[in-house]
Amino acid sequence: MQYLWAFLVGGALCAIGQLLIDLTKLTPARILVAYVVSGVILGATGLYQPLVDFAGAGASVPLTGFGNLLAKGMRKAIEKDGFLGIFTGGFTACSAGVTAAMIFGLAVSLIFNRTDRTRQE
Amino acid sequence: MNISKKEYAQLANRYSAPSKLYITVPKAFAIGGLICCIGQFFTDLYLMIGNDIDTASAYTSITLVLISALLTGFGQYERIAKHAGAGTLVPITGFANAVVSPALEFKTEGYILGTGAKMFIIAGPVIVYGIAAAFVYGIILFIISLFGG
Repeated sequence: MQYLWAFLVGGALCAIGQLLIDLTKLTPARILVAYVVSGVILGATGLYQPLVDFAGAGASVPLTGFGNLLAKGMRKAIEKDGFLGIFTGGFTACSAGVTAAMIFGLAVSLIFNRTDRTRQE
Repeated sequence: MNISKKEYAQLANRYSAPSKLYITVPKAFAIGGLICCIGQFFTDLYLMIGNDIDTASAYTSITLVLISALLTGFGQYERIAKHAGAGTLVPITGFANAVVSPALEFKTEGYILGTGAKMFIIAGPVIVYGIAAAFVYGIILFIISLFGG
């Protein structure tokens, strides 16, 4: 059952993104920014966590989940460190994903060579 | 660190499929949903070996990022993305692809200003505005906490 909800909720979040791409011509970068910021707002207002509890990876894997994680991390950091938490909360929360992307990105660019195919117009 | 409009359009175009809504939206739904199911599988796996949910989610993100990075390295992520559109963009694998793809692609411009700088072409704004939004939330939370909230 968890898989069904993960599929439906995750799929729906992607379908919304596709509608935005097709109907508004928003660039992928803008869509990702919009998703993360929406995730922070939904996380901050407490609206997103119920969706995560309900749909699991269907809500946590899309980038809105990343935003929710930022909000959650911020809350935790301020509880623990007070004012300093405002400066540490965000990066602490997203450090695993961002570090993974950076390090694997670096590793891939060391190991692989891109054929010219993808750079052609 | 300058990127021409043309280069940006190329990066951007990689994700945009031809727009016929009745084709693109279901495809995005199906492939995006499937990626989330793969995520659910890894989350369950990491929960099973005794992690709490936050740890399991973090490991799931790392795993999906790794898979996406490898697929990008082999040039396969773009192939799927051509069909999936937002289905491969919106999940964290899309974020990973947005880092790894330019890192690899701009290797020809060197490891510092090519790989090192260009890997943040799309991820940079995502991180900047994500952190900024969280920062604003943090200030609000802090002010509330001052009044004993």
